[in-house]
Amino acid sequence: MTVIDETGEAQEAQGSPGAQDGRVFTVAGGDWDDILADLAESPEERIVVNMGPQHPSTHGVLRVILEIDGETVTEARCGIGYLHTGIEKNTEYRSWVQGTTFVTRMDYLTPLFNETAYCLAVEKALGIEDQIPERANVIRVLMMELNRISSHLVCLATGGMEMGALTMMTAGFREREETLDLFEFITGLRMNHAYVRPGGVAQDLPPGAVDKIGSYVKLMRKRFPDYAKLCNENPVFRGRTEGVGYLDLAGCLALGLTGPVLRSAGLPHDLRKSEPYCGYETYDFEVCTWDTADSYGRYRIRLAEMYESLKIVEQCLDRIQRTQGQPVMVEDKKIAWPAQLALGSDGMGNSLDHIRHIMGDSMEALIHHFKLVTEGFHVPPGQIYAAVESPKGELGVHIVSDGGTRPYRVHFRDPSFTNLQATAAMCEGGQLADVIVAIASIDPVMGGVDR
Amino acid sequence: MTENVPAVPEQGPEHGAEGELIAVRKGMFGARNGGDTSGYGGLVRRIELPGASQRPFGGYFDVIADELEGALEEQSLPPAEAISGYVVHRGQLTIHVPREHVVRVARTLRDDPALRFELCLGVTGIHFPEEAGRELHSVVPLLSITHNRRIRLETTAPDADPHIPSLYEVYPTVDWHERESYDMFGIIYDGHPGLTRILMPDDWLGHPQRKDYPLGGIPVEFKGAQIPAPDQRRAYS
Repeated sequence: MTVIDETGEAQEAQGSPGAQDGRVFTVAGGDWDDILADLAESPEERIVVNMGPQHPSTHGVLRVILEIDGETVTEARCGIGYLHTGIEKNTEYRSWVQGTTFVTRMDYLTPLFNETAYCLAVEKALGIEDQIPERANVIRVLMMELNRISSHLVCLATGGMEMGALTMMTAGFREREETLDLFEFITGLRMNHAYVRPGGVAQDLPPGAVDKIGSYVKLMRKRFPDYAKLCNENPVFRGRTEGVGYLDLAGCLALGLTGPVLRSAGLPHDLRKSEPYCGYETYDFEVCTWDTADSYGRYRIRLAEMYESLKIVEQCLDRIQRTQGQPVMVEDKKIAWPAQLALGSDGMGNSLDHIRHIMGDSMEALIHHFKLVTEGFHVPPGQIYAAVESPKGELGVHIVSDGGTRPYRVHFRDPSFTNLQATAAMCEGGQLADVIVAIASIDPVMGGVDR
Repeated sequence: MTENVPAVPEQGPEHGAEGELIAVRKGMFGARNGGDTSGYGGLVRRIELPGASQRPFGGYFDVIADELEGALEEQSLPPAEAISGYVVHRGQLTIHVPREHVVRVARTLRDDPALRFELCLGVTGIHFPEEAGRELHSVVPLLSITHNRRIRLETTAPDADPHIPSLYEVYPTVDWHERESYDMFGIIYDGHPGLTRILMPDDWLGHPQRKDYPLGGIPVEFKGAQIPAPDQRRAYS
């Protein structure tokens, strides 16, 4: 058995596809014998339990490694990487616009936040953040707040289900379906929309969207109180969540936690207020906080935030009606995507009017379309960090451009990735059953964690 | 056809004349073998990132620079030694720090009441294979909730000696982020409590997000035509 040499060997064997090339690692020999001998001599009996990576309560493919003493967890570790798809590397081989179709698949419960954060970074790198039309910003805010509701609903639904509150699950997913129906109506897809593009959004809202969203808001206002009735004062629910997954403000800041977990420790930190983007400074809403720093507080914050999101959605609807007919993409034709989408008999696709225009009317339009679609636009060299307040916390995008038509580097600071680090701090010393509740209160989505 | 003109680094007033040279590229369209039929084969482009900025930086950046330099002087660490440059690009400040001082600078940024960058937002590794002696970059965005300010710390290391001190003792949140950066770029963060792979399997060879690590992929046939793998397609960068 060879010992893993961290520095030298890895470079030489790069890109060798054969399984027998380079070094072969086996889990035997080396110092494993010593470790096993030590364990055998140890008077303590250690029980190590693996949860996942396919356990229903692990929110995807999270593997939780627990060392337990009776019912008490003495050590908790997370094993991640099971959903790593190399999205960051892939974006380096596609144009800046194509990047949105990749990043939307990271945290699959908050696709519109991924897209918006990425586009804000690209727009900042281009220096066009002041030229985004008002209507595009309103649509972005509208879609993000609807997305915040659907993400929080999944958190409440799965978190409730894991505690045995199955009604939370059926109710949460029922309401989420309503939200996804809206997304499907507006973007053509339930998730992975690629709807927000550098410079604006892919297309305007379809006719009838305002009415549909309006009746959705009405329906949600009727149904959200049921969650409060089910859980807020439910002694079993409170017993399972109060004081569980405790992490105070100092712990949150040291471990870099943001979002509902940080706000449950009492700090009203919300990027929508502190560093407004997309015009959030013009909307009226509250930052919800709680003072218990536990799972119950996080549940209450999510519930309250869904009401605040409804408030913002209603304000968006007024503005949508006021800005009817205004552009949803920057004027600069060197950046704005030339093709408009339209709903055909087989779903969303290229607008036939646009195809008629470039194929029949205008040679210049065809050349322009071809250049922008195949080559894309150049982004001046430099690095940019842009962040939005996703339902889970600060979603940061760090892009580096070398002046080309493709990103040189795209890095996502996904809030789930950072927040999941707190598993050990929240679970160690607690009960085994509380691990599930604590992890559910972090609301990790492995698509975002592993990227 | 302005879009055929290669992008030129910005030379606005906020940038110094000399940019940070990361590569020199020849030709166009990414064609590196075969005959040159484009007519652009003789083209030579210097790829430069924005260079060091001169004072005043504007906004709160001057306050941060003054406070940081003052605080470092109090610790009898000459600022000229601990800070190798400030870059302001698109209204964002990056402080370049030599790797031997990065922990000290980060601790000062966190603890000094006038700076108070209490939240660290992870680590981004970047690989510039042609930037001799500074191939690996490690960028740490910081946020001060107290003052509502953002900056970045940037540290570099050569490929031959990919060591950068870990910020774990200052910001425990970088635990997983540094493991990811090690996993993807091979940057070794000295002082990290358990620097192992995090996203790739433990026995993986190589560091996938380095530029010399191929993307892979296979050509696919679509409507009778062979579409090459993404990393084999024509590039305009």
